Amino acid sequence: MRTLYHFNGGVHPPTHKAQSTQTPIAQSGLPSCLVVPLHQHAGNTAKPAVRVGERVLKGQLFGMPEGSVSSAVHAPTSGTVSAIDMQVVAHPSGLPDLCVTLIPDGKDEWIPRSTTNYLTTPPDELRKMLRLAGVVGLGGAVFPSDLKLRPGARKMKTLVLNGAECEPYITCDDMLMRERADEIVRGAEMMRFMLDAEEVLIGIEDNKPQAIAAIQKALIDNSFGKMEVVTVPTIYPGGGAKQLIRVLTGIEVAAGVRSTDLGVQCFNVATAYSAHRAIAHGEPLISRIVTVTGNVRHAQNFEVLIGTPVNELVALAGAKPDTNGHIMGGPMMGVPLPSDRVAVTKATNCIIESSPALFPPPPAAMPCIRCTRCVEVCPAELQPQDLYWFAKSKNFGKAQEFNLFDCIECGACSYVCPSSIPLVQYYRFAKSEIWANEREKEAANQARERHEFHLMRIERDKQDKAEKLAQKEKAAMAAKAAAAQTQAEPGSGTDPASDPATIAALRAQVRETAHPDAGLTKE
Amino acid sequence: MFSPFITHASTVQAIMFKVLLALIPGIAVYTWFYGPAILVSISLASTTALATEAAMLKLRGRPIAPFLSDNSALLTAWLLALSIPPLAPWWLVVVGTMFAISISKHLYGGLGNNPFNPAMVGYAVLIISFPVYMTHWISPRGLGRSELTFPEQLQFIFGGQFPAGITLDAVSMATPLDNLKTQLHSGLTLTDIMHMPIYSYLGGHGSEMVALGFVLGGIYLLLNRIISWHIPVTFLTALFATAGAFYLADPAHYAPPLFHWFSGAAMLGAFFILTDPVTSPTTVRGKLIFATGVGFLTYIIRVFGGFPDGIAFATLLMNICVPLIDAYTQPKVFGKKGNT
Repeated sequence: MRTLYHFNGGVHPPTHKAQSTQTPIAQSGLPSCLVVPLHQHAGNTAKPAVRVGERVLKGQLFGMPEGSVSSAVHAPTSGTVSAIDMQVVAHPSGLPDLCVTLIPDGKDEWIPRSTTNYLTTPPDELRKMLRLAGVVGLGGAVFPSDLKLRPGARKMKTLVLNGAECEPYITCDDMLMRERADEIVRGAEMMRFMLDAEEVLIGIEDNKPQAIAAIQKALIDNSFGKMEVVTVPTIYPGGGAKQLIRVLTGIEVAAGVRSTDLGVQCFNVATAYSAHRAIAHGEPLISRIVTVTGNVRHAQNFEVLIGTPVNELVALAGAKPDTNGHIMGGPMMGVPLPSDRVAVTKATNCIIESSPALFPPPPAAMPCIRCTRCVEVCPAELQPQDLYWFAKSKNFGKAQEFNLFDCIECGACSYVCPSSIPLVQYYRFAKSEIWANEREKEAANQARERHEFHLMRIERDKQDKAEKLAQKEKAAMAAKAAAAQTQAEPGSGTDPASDPATIAALRAQVRETAHPDAGLTKE
Repeated sequence: MFSPFITHASTVQAIMFKVLLALIPGIAVYTWFYGPAILVSISLASTTALATEAAMLKLRGRPIAPFLSDNSALLTAWLLALSIPPLAPWWLVVVGTMFAISISKHLYGGLGNNPFNPAMVGYAVLIISFPVYMTHWISPRGLGRSELTFPEQLQFIFGGQFPAGITLDAVSMATPLDNLKTQLHSGLTLTDIMHMPIYSYLGGHGSEMVALGFVLGGIYLLLNRIISWHIPVTFLTALFATAGAFYLADPAHYAPPLFHWFSGAAMLGAFFILTDPVTSPTTVRGKLIFATGVGFLTYIIRVFGGFPDGIAFATLLMNICVPLIDAYTQPKVFGKKGNT
């Protein structure tokens, strides 16, 4: 029996997972159209690689990764690109983002695919393949996986595979582990190869016995060395990467620290599965498992093409008439969707149809009575009541001093707050204000630097011109002197300063140096 | 709608209600030993508290219903009523409660914002302004020279009149703590004093049982996780240790530690007053420091000060320190403890 470590706090919300695990994963099929955002990963938006009207094949590149932190986006099926424009995406802001709209032709015709033997391929090559296959973290953070698969400063000891899935309602990882355990462990082995990690620990919460059994069987079938399933206690947010790493290895990864530098890395089981599809089958990430649950008749998991409109997906589960909203993610950390017309992205692990009965509006917030129930449940060991005060009074400096950015926004504090204070909203507000201030400061800095450079250039030009002028004068004087000597031998020669032509030239030059680049002030 | 969309929270109202509930065993024992006058003061204080709360909310332009029903004003009222002598003129209770709710709670911003425990502020104001009424406690059942019937008690509370031939001194006595101090001053030894009829097994006759009633309520609060063990246990330990040190040094002049536990408002303070979350520290280390301070100061004020008990002033003194204590006891957060 492996020693498990403990993290502070946590809560035990009702799991509501049974309703969506009664039937196997179903294929959601081809929707009427697919709207694929070019920015569905952490980092830069992918650069469009198709034109409107172009016929594309399934798996064809829609967007090229741009810059170091970015990932590729692909056509989920074959068809015709009908638009590349701004569309409302699955983000609570309801702001539009650049999307490629594809009308499927029903043929589902693949691009040519090739298999790669990872053992004979350099890890750098494998990472590049993952980047071009659009493989990103499917646990929700959608961070490009290739970047997380670079070994850190220290020799990698442990690769943690996250199958904890602690949020209520969500069962996509559970079902994936039950049905496709083999490919998950093979993907994990590839990841271990890239990281050169000693061991792989697959953490699964003890409320998923079938998934545990399936992975255990896959481990026996594949017999990879030093890879094991570790059953972890069911507690929210035990599936947070930092929390699971802590429970399995005892290591605490602080905010802003790269876990690879501490010899540990963590991936979601679905990411390992996708990495395997990409390397062993040449399939880019164009679909994912999505739990559709909540106020629906048949809660179920679907394998969904990225870009499928949410309304077409939930129709398959039969949303009930009193549905009043759509939550993407779980009830603890999920976000309300601006509408059900938005499309499923790589970050969409779950759609919960909400109803007033399922999620009644919280009572009006009361003042904080400093009861510290939030402190007791905070997995980051923060003082949520203090952060609340600082955020509320816009004392952002103090909020940062009290480690605001260590908050993982798990919502455990709000969950237990007897005053019903939407604490996480205050923290998000404070974080976004601080980011905005920093951006502003940076912009001001850039403007200042630009201005200083501008002044420096004026000065430099002035000096250049003065130098040139001095040279010219010297040359003119020398020429005059020479002329005077040759032309008017007996005369004493005129003073160059009193020569009207020279004075005019000098004047013009002075005017020029005073307004050196009137036409260049716009930069 | 924002995440989390679900909640498992108790409410402020429910928490305060459970604290009120936890006071009932103590109040029941109190009523048994001292008669129903205490119920009159509690009702009087409650009515005054609710009326003052409503008036202050109205003045401050705050919603009345949610705050009036949060039970916090009632709790202040009950704690204050339990701290002052049960046989007191009605205006004493009213003035104390009004001061507690209006000045020490609402002028600081209402629920959650008051730096000082309102009930203790009310008590402090009364003991400084009306020391005579505040130091005459009704004699417990079976000990008084004469005992008043309930209608006679009511007559005194609301009319200020005793039946012919009875004075305040005849129906009341100094508290066990107060009596100990005066008797020691008059040269008696501790052993002699402890043999006086007002003392019993652990503390004063009657009052020790009331204290046990509060312990019972405190255990209920601990089991229900309304309060944590840190403050009551540390406070009682600090009081015990301080009293124990003096007792060991000079057992003839200093009462044993258990006497201090079961006298005065020690148990009421440990479980109900010091544990007020608004006016106590939020960090674990802070709670330990705070409770140690109150325990130590309580003893010092009780034994060397001029007041009948030390809980109120010790609490208020430590309340002042709470922001400082919190600031200096911030725990290290996840990943920043330097152990990885």
